[in-house]
Amino acid sequence: MTKKLMKGSEAIGEAAVQAGCHLFFGYPITPQNEIPEYMSMRLPQVGGTFVQAESEVAASNMLYGAAGSGERVMTSSSSPGISLMAEAISYLAGAELPVVIVNIMRGGPGLGGILPSQSDYFQATKGTAHGDFRLLVLAPWSVQEAANLVQDAFDLADYYRNPVLILGDGLIGQMMEPVEFADSREPIKVLPPKTWAATGHNGSKPRSVINSLFLDPEELERHNFHLKEKYDRMERDEVRYEAHGLDTDYDVLIVAYGTVARVCLTALEELAEEGVKVAMVRPVSLFPYPSAAVREAAAGAKAVLVVELSMGQMIEDVRLAVGRSKPIHFLNRVGGMLISPDAVIDKIRAIEDGSSEEVRHA
Amino acid sequence: MQNDVIMAGFGGQGILLIGKMLAYAGMREGKEVSWLPSYGPEMRGGTANCTVVISDRPVGSPVIQSPRAVLAMNLPSLDKFEPDVRPGGLLLVNTSLIERKPARSDVTVIEVPANQIANELGNPRGANMVALGAYLGATDAVSLDGVIEVVRETFAAKPGVIDVNIQALRRGYEIGAACTVGV
Repeated sequence: MTKKLMKGSEAIGEAAVQAGCHLFFGYPITPQNEIPEYMSMRLPQVGGTFVQAESEVAASNMLYGAAGSGERVMTSSSSPGISLMAEAISYLAGAELPVVIVNIMRGGPGLGGILPSQSDYFQATKGTAHGDFRLLVLAPWSVQEAANLVQDAFDLADYYRNPVLILGDGLIGQMMEPVEFADSREPIKVLPPKTWAATGHNGSKPRSVINSLFLDPEELERHNFHLKEKYDRMERDEVRYEAHGLDTDYDVLIVAYGTVARVCLTALEELAEEGVKVAMVRPVSLFPYPSAAVREAAAGAKAVLVVELSMGQMIEDVRLAVGRSKPIHFLNRVGGMLISPDAVIDKIRAIEDGSSEEVRHA
Repeated sequence: MQNDVIMAGFGGQGILLIGKMLAYAGMREGKEVSWLPSYGPEMRGGTANCTVVISDRPVGSPVIQSPRAVLAMNLPSLDKFEPDVRPGGLLLVNTSLIERKPARSDVTVIEVPANQIANELGNPRGANMVALGAYLGATDAVSLDGVIEVVRETFAAKPGVIDVNIQALRRGYEIGAACTVGV
């Protein structure tokens, strides 16, 4: 096991290959082009197949076919490309197909820009596409964590028979950091054989049908309740977060995810040297959201600060967690602009001296 | 203990490469490192820059607003990043391509005629290595020997350029070491 210096995009690709993903279908878009580039180089080496599709719509439907045959398969894109895949993602969720989708977010709406952003939080966690479904969403804050989460994502996708989304920002895609891959790896779940897959078994058992069409309303209702039961199990068993500074007293609790949380951690450490006590909860799973952790940590704070590269999409989940018990403040940059540790420090000081206005209630 | 630097120049000067070599050598020494390139809508011949962080602890923000050091390889880079250098920090200026003097008086300025030295060594493309050497000489962010090792590996397929690049690094290091500031 040796450390390698890798771009986040390359590490995501290598992690997928090492997790047994031998199929990749995609269409280029900045800032994640190094993922398909890496896969086009790497997959032939392991007997796999890379296809640059004619569009995101095509790539995402190729995903459907490959996952339906029981293979581990991945695609990656960035914000507008994920929107184009949305229809197929709904079909994947409806047909209960395990796939891994990577969204390296850029600024929006529309074509937006190509620089880092977190403006797809709603899309990822609440409204990816039509129908009653959820994606399991994991948000890395480093290149190493991106690699780890991609590997876990394949196990979780297979276990729940559900698409898993890796939600990173442009920094995760473009940054180089040391990465270590374990020599061997055990699945994080006990994975049953994919007896449901359409593999062409010569009539040895009833045909497997991969489908999301349920014309009988009673059957569709049963299906919807079955899916909900899966999402409930995710909420019970798959919550992931990291806590910083909760073991001592603190005035302000920061809630931030992805690379923004690293900026906040630097601010938190600088403030600690001055005796200003701040804590942070970093959601790693965005669905299921670590609501209980945020609520319990907020109970020990005078105020909560949400920091995001969006217009405040995660505030809703923080509000659901803490209710009206604590004032919530908000710091953001958007459009590809980044937040500096100094901006976080200034905001914390403003909260402490009363000059920061809290986010208004609905 | 953390060293961070923004290295900037125009595309083709090998800025991203020396940033990667610095990060790689840091990783080899057991440090925590990050390398972050600019990836804006640039065109050929446009500007290129990267931010490298080398730390004893896990790297917090990989984005550095007030870097401890800036290496400016051309005038647009000096114009853009000079105001950002942390007070007391280090500003390395490639005087071969930059005629104006830096305006800041609260930072240590190191003038490096990087292209001129590279030309003297018969290796015009080695100006980036002279500059990297000067940064190492001034900061010892990673050891010169560690970077030399990375040079040998990076250019393993082109053994003919290894020695001239190491020479360029050493010449730069001497200039930087003469103004050691320990930022």
